[in-house]
Amino acid sequence: MTASSDRRLPNPTPRPDDERDQLERIWSTPKGWRILSAVNNTAVGVAYIGGAFLFFLMAGVLALVMRTQLSVPENQFLDQDLYNQIFTVHGTTMMFLFAVPAIEALGVLLLPQMLAARDLPFPRLSAFAIWAYMIGGLVFFSTIFYDLAPKGGWFMYPPLTLTEYSPGHNADFWLLGIGFIEISAIAGAVEIVVGTLKTRPPGMSLARMPIFAWSMLIFAGMIMFAFPAVILATMLLEIERSFGWPFFTAAKGGDPLLWQHLFWFFGHPEVYIIFLPAAGLVSMIVPTMARHRLVGYNLIVVALIATGFFSFGLWVHHMFTTGIPALSLGFFSAASMAVAIPSGIQVFSWIATMAAARERFRITTASLFVLGFLFIFTIGGLTGVLVALVPLDFQLHDSYFVVAHFHYVLVGGMVFPLFATFYYWITMVSRNQLSERVGRWVFWLMFLGFNIAFLPMHWTGLSGMPRRIWTYPPSLGWDGLNMISTVGAFILAAGVLLFVVDLLRRFRPGQRENENPWGAGTLEWLPADVYSTRSIPRVSSREPLWDQPGLAEDVEAGHYYLPNAPTGGRETIVTSPVEAEPEYIIRMPGNGWGHVWAAIFTAACFLLLTVKVVVPALICALLAIASCIAWAWQLDHGPGKEPVEIGGGIKLPTYMSGPSSHSWWAMSVLILVAASLYVAFAFSYLYLWLVSPQVWAPHGSPPLPTPSWAIGTALLLALGTAIIVVANRLLPAPGRRDIRGVLLLFLAAACLAAAGLVELFVHWNSGLRPTANAYGAMVYMASALNLQVAFAVLIMAGFTVARAFVGRVDRERRVTFDNTLMLFVYGVAQTLLGLILVHGFPRAVG
Amino acid sequence: MSHSRPTTPMVPSLLGLALGGCEGVQSALSASGDEAHDIRLLLWIAGAVCAATLVLVLVFGILAFNGSARVRAWIARDQLIVSGGLVLPVVVLSGLLAYALLVLQAGAARSAFAGEPSVTIIGKRWWWKVIYRDSEGREVVSANELRLPLGQPISLRLITDDVIHSFWAPKLAGKLDMIPGRTNVLTVQSNEVGVSRGQCAEYCGGAHALMAFYVVTLPEEEYQAWLAREASKALPPATEAEKRGHAVFVESGCGACHTIRGTEARGTIGPDLTHVGSRMSLAAATLPNDANSFARWITDNQHIKPENLMPPFRHFKAGELDTLANYLDSLK
Repeated sequence: MTASSDRRLPNPTPRPDDERDQLERIWSTPKGWRILSAVNNTAVGVAYIGGAFLFFLMAGVLALVMRTQLSVPENQFLDQDLYNQIFTVHGTTMMFLFAVPAIEALGVLLLPQMLAARDLPFPRLSAFAIWAYMIGGLVFFSTIFYDLAPKGGWFMYPPLTLTEYSPGHNADFWLLGIGFIEISAIAGAVEIVVGTLKTRPPGMSLARMPIFAWSMLIFAGMIMFAFPAVILATMLLEIERSFGWPFFTAAKGGDPLLWQHLFWFFGHPEVYIIFLPAAGLVSMIVPTMARHRLVGYNLIVVALIATGFFSFGLWVHHMFTTGIPALSLGFFSAASMAVAIPSGIQVFSWIATMAAARERFRITTASLFVLGFLFIFTIGGLTGVLVALVPLDFQLHDSYFVVAHFHYVLVGGMVFPLFATFYYWITMVSRNQLSERVGRWVFWLMFLGFNIAFLPMHWTGLSGMPRRIWTYPPSLGWDGLNMISTVGAFILAAGVLLFVVDLLRRFRPGQRENENPWGAGTLEWLPADVYSTRSIPRVSSREPLWDQPGLAEDVEAGHYYLPNAPTGGRETIVTSPVEAEPEYIIRMPGNGWGHVWAAIFTAACFLLLTVKVVVPALICALLAIASCIAWAWQLDHGPGKEPVEIGGGIKLPTYMSGPSSHSWWAMSVLILVAASLYVAFAFSYLYLWLVSPQVWAPHGSPPLPTPSWAIGTALLLALGTAIIVVANRLLPAPGRRDIRGVLLLFLAAACLAAAGLVELFVHWNSGLRPTANAYGAMVYMASALNLQVAFAVLIMAGFTVARAFVGRVDRERRVTFDNTLMLFVYGVAQTLLGLILVHGFPRAVG
Repeated sequence: MSHSRPTTPMVPSLLGLALGGCEGVQSALSASGDEAHDIRLLLWIAGAVCAATLVLVLVFGILAFNGSARVRAWIARDQLIVSGGLVLPVVVLSGLLAYALLVLQAGAARSAFAGEPSVTIIGKRWWWKVIYRDSEGREVVSANELRLPLGQPISLRLITDDVIHSFWAPKLAGKLDMIPGRTNVLTVQSNEVGVSRGQCAEYCGGAHALMAFYVVTLPEEEYQAWLAREASKALPPATEAEKRGHAVFVESGCGACHTIRGTEARGTIGPDLTHVGSRMSLAAATLPNDANSFARWITDNQHIKPENLMPPFRHFKAGELDTLANYLDSLK
């Protein structure tokens, strides 16, 4: 088969000259300070990765400060309180402000290119998440400079972090920092799930998706189920700190272990949330350097899915020393070891691919970092097997052995692949490559420094040194080991510093000159500009650039799909989730300020709440909501444009509602997140009952209100549902203005809110108080979560009414209406579940 | 930075001598207890298996990179991934898991044999309250030190008064947490006469780093003799100086927080001082136990162990501090 004979190109004829100018104009990034309003994935992606890397450097400096303190016994360099703050900020920053955002940044930056999409489907959402994260993260980090930093360790176990033992705002700043990362993680998950499932190029079925996209899809899926647990945990902790609802206070029926369950149900998957995408990056680099397709692609996909799945069954291995029953110990030990298997599959896959190399596996700085990753991560995985053995964990847990273990896993599993990524993909965003010569120095300094720093820590821990101690007496056998670790840390830091210097010398924003410097096979190496690729290819293999001759030239000449901007704005092709057949053209919002203001006011609101300045905080909350509304007002543009031709005789609509639309998928992701949160709550309720049945109604607390109240509330929900069915029918025909339907929608939302308020009222009337005991706290928490959803539904319904008032809602232009309806239905389901739990469960067991 | 610099907390060199070189006194690798022994063997075996696995991966890695075309072709197959990534780990991990569960089972059997806990250890910020129950069921309150009879399994009841702590004496056994609202039981058996060291392993805020303790294993008769002495009331002040020291103790209000059995001092907030002079250390293995340390501690404890819950006392007249320190040191 020759390059030309079998090519049936969608747009075979030469394209008009002005098309490229039009694309450039539409996708241009604003200049000067207005760049803050940019939403293009290359612009915000660079800011995102830059911000994450800045946090890496700052938290790394904190690590050096700690290593300096620990270099000799009884050192006076730092004092106790500052050291406790520093290790808390180091861990929190590395995990929450560096690792997760860095991965999301790579998703934002690389995914659209790998999928040859013009952008991810919700560019302003990404930009919003990034700005909120930057502001919140910087404020959080700066607390270390004025003695306000949290000092409870990055997992903040209560009761140490309750007001009694941690007065002051320090712990609240931790909760603030986490709040932002929760927002940006959820936003990222929405973006990435919809992006990978709906904006792939035609022909890229799931089986042809690059491994990095697979890993990001699983990453996003894991965020959907893991993050809600920590969102709930942080809500409970802040509520207990601020209002004294005793979720974690044993004397009132709470349990400090509830925090540990919720935190680690998030915290363990979190490790894989960080590692899987990094492994995905490695799976992209290895085939390029081997000039050979990935051996065991299918096995790797299975391994990624298996890891994501298993990772939710291991959280208790962080709690082996809490005295839990032997049966649980055995189960979670087995599960913890099982998760090593998918990692083994990946390691051997990469080795097999290297062996399959055409000629030899090429040694570049990127491949050195990949090899370094393989070595370090393998050791981390193997020491992970050791800590998964329960009796061994009794000795190793919370010692320096564990410090060594998780740095091997996280630095090996995430930081080394990240540096490989910097060297490999830098030309996505910079005209120059990084120096390969300097890169060798960077690698060897980092590799040797890392191992010199962390290998001895295994022995330090076995010699009895616990983690999180700011000083130690001499002659326990720890002195020499600690000194070696400190020296290693500085060597590692020298490597990072050298990288930064080289980066500053060579980084020049802009498009690369050499299109495909490594001769890679995936779509991100197509010629590209701010609008991504000139046209969107149809792919027929996993490495289209290797298997489809002439692809780059044809794409660049506009011979593939959508070589222009037929709607006159930003757009990309939405395809079906499995086979990736074109479905419609998504019209995406461009640069704007609404999301920037929303981020600023959200950050301001949280900050003011943290220092308990309530009224200005509420004003900021209102301004944040107003900004969101202003931002969303420009969306849901409706089917105003005719279907457009994208080439190859394919004509696509430019508007979509219902289950094919990106908005439906995004709302579904959000609802899954909310549902996970509520499931985590239900677990917490039942868990606390198991621990403290004595405080439950009817014996330990005022008896429940009579069943008629619950039934009445349920009827209210049923009424709301009936109203919304009618509302749906009353939507006007296109072009007509009729607000009866949306007014009913608002009425239904009001029913939902009223149901939540009635619940609150009847429990208050029964004499139950949230501060009385853990049961009361849980009952009111159920209502708090329901009212939270109801509040969102009310705002969305009000927004829909406003849009209908100006004729922007009808039977076809109905995404705004549909989204409100979906969240409403979810809210009804959640509130009903709450009624069953709160009114039914105590009766069933009492 | 507004924080004041602590003066050097120090384990006494004398104690160092008594501990016979000291290195390894807190090491899981120099096990002296049954559980720690079992765990160390598990560590060596599992560690060796892991090291062998690492070598295997490295060999394959090197061959993949540098091997002959034939070797590389042999490596570059799906079968390698399945055997190396699936079969090998399943076999090895199952073996290790079974072994680990057997070790766990052995520990459970020891606990059953030891019976009801005879020692209660209460985690406090940042010290350990230790309550022995003697053969007649009387409670004997001590602190920051665990004494054990040689070669007998002893169950320790671990609880906390405030935040989460974790009791870890690496030479004896693994650690076990102390959690509000819960009671955990750890069974230990020490097979060597001598002194070892332990430390709080769960970060408990402030002075977590300075919350350590000593474990002293004594032959059975010596242990019983010690326990009988520990159960007795404090010796009345013998010398004139000690009497003055006792008077300073009373006048300074020390009894509001501390107990000296046999005197009117009955406070329970701080450690029981009835026989404080006979312990291995002061302030949870932070200072050596001598008169000078008592004096330093009383006046300067917020520098020695920042944030500890005892306020510094500095309003003594000339000579009072010394007599107080000497009196406390005499409480053997």
